[in-house]
Amino acid sequence: MNHWIAAPIILPALVAPFIILAARYHIGIQRVFSVVSVLALIAVAAGLAWQSADGTITLYQMGDWAAPFGIVLVGDQLSTMMVLLTAVLALFVLLYAIGSGWDGRGRHFHALFQFQLMGIMGAFLTGDLFNLFVFFEVLLIASYGLMIHAGGNARLRAGVQYVLFNLIGSTLFLFALGSIYAETGTLNMADLANRVALIGPHETVGIRVAAVLLLLVFAIKAAVVPLHFWLPSSYAEAPAPVAALFAIMTKVGAYAIIRVYTMIFPPELAVTAGLHDLWLLPAALVSLAIGMIGVLAARKLDRLVAFSVIGSMGMVMVSISLFTPAGMAAALYYIVHSTLAGAMLFLIADLVRTGRANLDLTPQPPVAGNALTAALFFTGAIAMAGLPPLSGFLGKLLVLDAARDSDLVVWIWVTVLGASLVSIVGFARAGSILFWKAHAVDATDQTNMMPRPAALSYVAVSGLIALLAAHTVFAGQVHGYTTTMAARLFAPAPYIATVLDTPGKLSDLRGDH
Amino acid sequence: MELLVASAIGILTSGGGYLVLRLRTFPVILGISLLTYAVNVFLFASGRLTTGAPPILRDGVTTYSDPLPQALVLTAIVISFGMTAVVVMIGLGAFLGSDDDHVDDQPDSENDQPEGTP
Repeated sequence: MNHWIAAPIILPALVAPFIILAARYHIGIQRVFSVVSVLALIAVAAGLAWQSADGTITLYQMGDWAAPFGIVLVGDQLSTMMVLLTAVLALFVLLYAIGSGWDGRGRHFHALFQFQLMGIMGAFLTGDLFNLFVFFEVLLIASYGLMIHAGGNARLRAGVQYVLFNLIGSTLFLFALGSIYAETGTLNMADLANRVALIGPHETVGIRVAAVLLLLVFAIKAAVVPLHFWLPSSYAEAPAPVAALFAIMTKVGAYAIIRVYTMIFPPELAVTAGLHDLWLLPAALVSLAIGMIGVLAARKLDRLVAFSVIGSMGMVMVSISLFTPAGMAAALYYIVHSTLAGAMLFLIADLVRTGRANLDLTPQPPVAGNALTAALFFTGAIAMAGLPPLSGFLGKLLVLDAARDSDLVVWIWVTVLGASLVSIVGFARAGSILFWKAHAVDATDQTNMMPRPAALSYVAVSGLIALLAAHTVFAGQVHGYTTTMAARLFAPAPYIATVLDTPGKLSDLRGDH
Repeated sequence: MELLVASAIGILTSGGGYLVLRLRTFPVILGISLLTYAVNVFLFASGRLTTGAPPILRDGVTTYSDPLPQALVLTAIVISFGMTAVVVMIGLGAFLGSDDDHVDDQPDSENDQPEGTP
């Protein structure tokens, strides 16, 4: 059995307690271990992604018990791509946290960071719905600590909202799991896919309730309107590197929706017809509109970025909720773009904050390192608003093209294009107030004393820009990759067969497997 | 027994739902606790209600109770207990720091200035 698939979970799970127990008072050692761990994660994740690129599905049976009786980790093309994306994002976020000194402003940043990575990786790799719940809780409890890192009243209050909202989400998740177990008697995803297909047309009440509850839970994570209320405050008040890492957390929700609603409840399934295939798309369109209107209406830069994340999640969800291979391929391309662009904008907002009294969008004296920060903001805004030449533009084109056959094609085109226009105006307004009107304000002595952001911070942000540029230049290859991935997602038979037909240690005794 | 368990879940859920919609931290946390109690009983019932049946294989026994929901409930209890402790600590910190335990965003003076005022 190939043990590497467990490494993305085991490695951070070992590094985090080591940092707490052995390197508690030495921020230098903590930084070294954290960076080395993330570099190792990238190497492992790249290996796994390369391994699964040809459609190989890697199965890892915990304790060598065969599914569905044991818990399994499954690495297919989608999981490994998300794992690689998380690891790469984590490296740049970590570099920024070290460069800007955020990791030293509270305690246990690096340990919580590693636990957070463990939860995210586990959520991507698990093949069991209850295990998905457990990894959600692992990543959430680490995120509660990270969210209130460095303290402060505003942050604590936003943290309370964030924790309460997510606790309610977790409770809903348990209700959904209970209903699914009561209806089918299993929680293994591959086994569920088989058993849900066997449910007769007259016994659908329980499974329909379960499907909707589960969709609500994942929609909370993915911040789909009207379940997005937790996001603006908590992302705006969280420390910048943490908010940047949280850019992948909304994608965990999107990933779970893709996984569950292509394999367990596929769109052609009669039992759940008329639920997510009808209602997810309008909700996603509203998210896109609300997010981009929020960009225009925001009075602070951090809230502006938070709303742009809601908008770009709306775009991802529009593309997912088409439930066609072309739509899914576009969504997967856009997920990578949206994660990198959202994280970059949060980091840039922090670069701006370094030299200003606050992030209000009011004319204030120029910040230290104004020209470079302004150029970075310009690039980030282009990426997020989806203007050429960066990958946001290509992603949007793919989404529009995939929507051509949808019944709601007019609505989709109007909303996507209108939201883009609104977000361009919003970003342009914010940029001109922050960077151009600043020169009309007389600088006081105090602002001249403001420190410049550290060089390493700029390196981290530039690294994310370089990744976005690569995502644009190699768009053809990446889109080809996501197209094969989408085709495999809609034909899950090899996945199910791999999970259920691999024998475990007592399989031959039972004989009927 | 079915009626008793079902109505217990229903009453706990509705009470929890009401309290979660309150504006202050303490009732909301109580509401979430009630909801987690409800979900624990619900998970327990998802393996069907049986009395006096063994959960593991034995000779000469035909009815079994499902052992898996008990393991699920145990996990859920541990997690919800830990999470409630965390939210109590964070809520207490926020209350002691700002002397206010509302869970909603307070309209503060900075955000409510009309456009254009300095």
